[in-house]
Amino acid sequence: MSTHAVRPGLVHPRDFLETDRLLDDQERLLRDTVRRFVDDKVLPNVAEWFEAGTYPREMAAEMGALGLFGMHLDGYGCAGTSNLEYGLACMELEAGDSGTRSFVSVQGSLVMFPIWAFGSEEQKQEWLPRMAAGEVIGCFGLTEADAGSDPGSMRTTARRDGDDWVLNGSKMWITNGNLADVAVVWAKAEEGIRGFVVPTDTPGFEAVEIHQKLSLRASVTSELVLNDVRLPAGAVLPGVVGLKGPLSCLNEARFGILFGAVGAGRACFEAALDYAGERVMFGKPIASFQLIQRQLAEMAATVNQGTLVSYQIGRMKDAGDIDPAHISMGKFANVRGALEVARTARSVLGANGITLEYPVIRHMNNLESVYTYEGTHEIHTLIIGQALTGIGAFE
Amino acid sequence: MKIAVCAKQIPDPATPYSLDPETHFVVRPNDQVLDDTDRYGVEMALQLAEANDAEVVLVSMGPAGNLQGVRQALAMGADKAIVVDDEGLRGSGALVTAKVLAAAIQQEGGVDLVITGTESTDGYTGVVPQQIAALLGLPALSFARKVELDGTTLKVERISATGYDDVECPLPAVVAVTSGAVEPRYPTFKGIMAAKSKPVEQPTAADLGIAADAIGEAGSGQEITSVEDAPSRTAGTKIVDEGEAFQAIVELLEKAKVI
Repeated sequence: MSTHAVRPGLVHPRDFLETDRLLDDQERLLRDTVRRFVDDKVLPNVAEWFEAGTYPREMAAEMGALGLFGMHLDGYGCAGTSNLEYGLACMELEAGDSGTRSFVSVQGSLVMFPIWAFGSEEQKQEWLPRMAAGEVIGCFGLTEADAGSDPGSMRTTARRDGDDWVLNGSKMWITNGNLADVAVVWAKAEEGIRGFVVPTDTPGFEAVEIHQKLSLRASVTSELVLNDVRLPAGAVLPGVVGLKGPLSCLNEARFGILFGAVGAGRACFEAALDYAGERVMFGKPIASFQLIQRQLAEMAATVNQGTLVSYQIGRMKDAGDIDPAHISMGKFANVRGALEVARTARSVLGANGITLEYPVIRHMNNLESVYTYEGTHEIHTLIIGQALTGIGAFE
Repeated sequence: MKIAVCAKQIPDPATPYSLDPETHFVVRPNDQVLDDTDRYGVEMALQLAEANDAEVVLVSMGPAGNLQGVRQALAMGADKAIVVDDEGLRGSGALVTAKVLAAAIQQEGGVDLVITGTESTDGYTGVVPQQIAALLGLPALSFARKVELDGTTLKVERISATGYDDVECPLPAVVAVTSGAVEPRYPTFKGIMAAKSKPVEQPTAADLGIAADAIGEAGSGQEITSVEDAPSRTAGTKIVDEGEAFQAIVELLEKAKVI
């Protein structure tokens, strides 16, 4: 028998649609653990990191000890969680800061994943356990100054010289470039695009930090310069040739981002909800005003929608029934939604919304990067368009 | 060596608590969390266990629910859990709780050290550790802010009104640790994955040899007759400084036993 009773008074403002019910106790425990970690280690410090434009390397060991790096991979010191659990961790990390979530995305999805999926046994043994522990930091070199959405137009080359490989070119917008001990670099070889595991102390490899950023300031971004970087035969990832190698990594990272963005949006919504209840104007809390209530309602709906979208895509990925277009829809909808929430929250907080004393402007500026990286909003629009119509509109 | 840690699952303090209108008992949802004050006891047990090659057994009483709170302690590294869950235990007072926990510890056998928090976040009686010690005939070392194990001698710094006392006793013993005594570790993801396959025993009171009429509200000789809302906070006292305000402040601090 179904019940039709509607009982008012059951709403939890911070989980309006009770999305927690969709998680099992292990998933919640993992999520709550990351939330506590972020509360203890990220939130008290992140405004300072953002202001100074730095990210402390020591965080790597702490995140490694928790098991955050490559958490959804099996073996080699990785925790072996589900994809949904990986997403939940990203959601909590990005509720802290997009830079911290980016660090984990790059390490796990962009560097450990290709070594795990396409690497030789020697490469896996050499790099994965130390990367999982956070002893070794990785970066991912695909994007170039003139090759963004069209990575096939890259100019970095890999030339064979006897048994060796020689890499030349440069990579741009590389998260963790100056912190990294190892880089996975994608370059054009005769047979197609190949991936290389490059220790950053290899002669000819240089990382140049990019300054004057106003987004993802609590994250290190670099240019990589490869000048006759000579690598042994064992440096190439043997398991993949062609663009599908790097694109499969991006697909992994986007999956984490579609969760992470919801976390950033949630943090902004909660900051606005708290602020509206405390800020008194015209003799009453601004939460009493209709225009503020409308903004709160809009934000709550967007955050709840994003949460549901991410859980659904997480379950689909765990079931093994997922198309890259599904992940594109999640990134497309959730990052756009988070950005709208951040801007709305900024408005609710008034002038306080522009200071680092509150998390809102930091998230808002970060989300501008998240909107563009790991497949721009426009590219994801076209991927969805192609999946809907069967017609590709990329060129 | 074996260390038992008393740990309680409580409704998430971040969510509003509600009382059952008929029984006046706290409504306990299926999802409960590990009482924050027990994280210190668990951490203390794990540190002592790592240094002394010991097994850590969690002992808990109350509705098991989905065991989320107990799994949290298992994920931190405890080896197994005993959760006494029995409908008849509803409404039990502190002494019955201590009897049940003591019986579970006795039935487990071979326990050298019992670690507890100082008091639960939802009950606040603060007497269970001493009662367990009395029931087991063991020394009770309370309010420990530092715990060391030197062979079979337990040494603690016990917080007092004015500082701390150095107290020691031979094992076996019961020690209640204060919040902040150690920094509780995060459950690692590997720990979380492993926790689901760790053993959780769920005996009833009868399984522990405790009679049905000795537990619950009746067995505790108590009855909740009525419940009232806590008085809302009143406005504070304003002290206007006319050169003598410091005296009033000193008196207030002394009254609060801060100085």
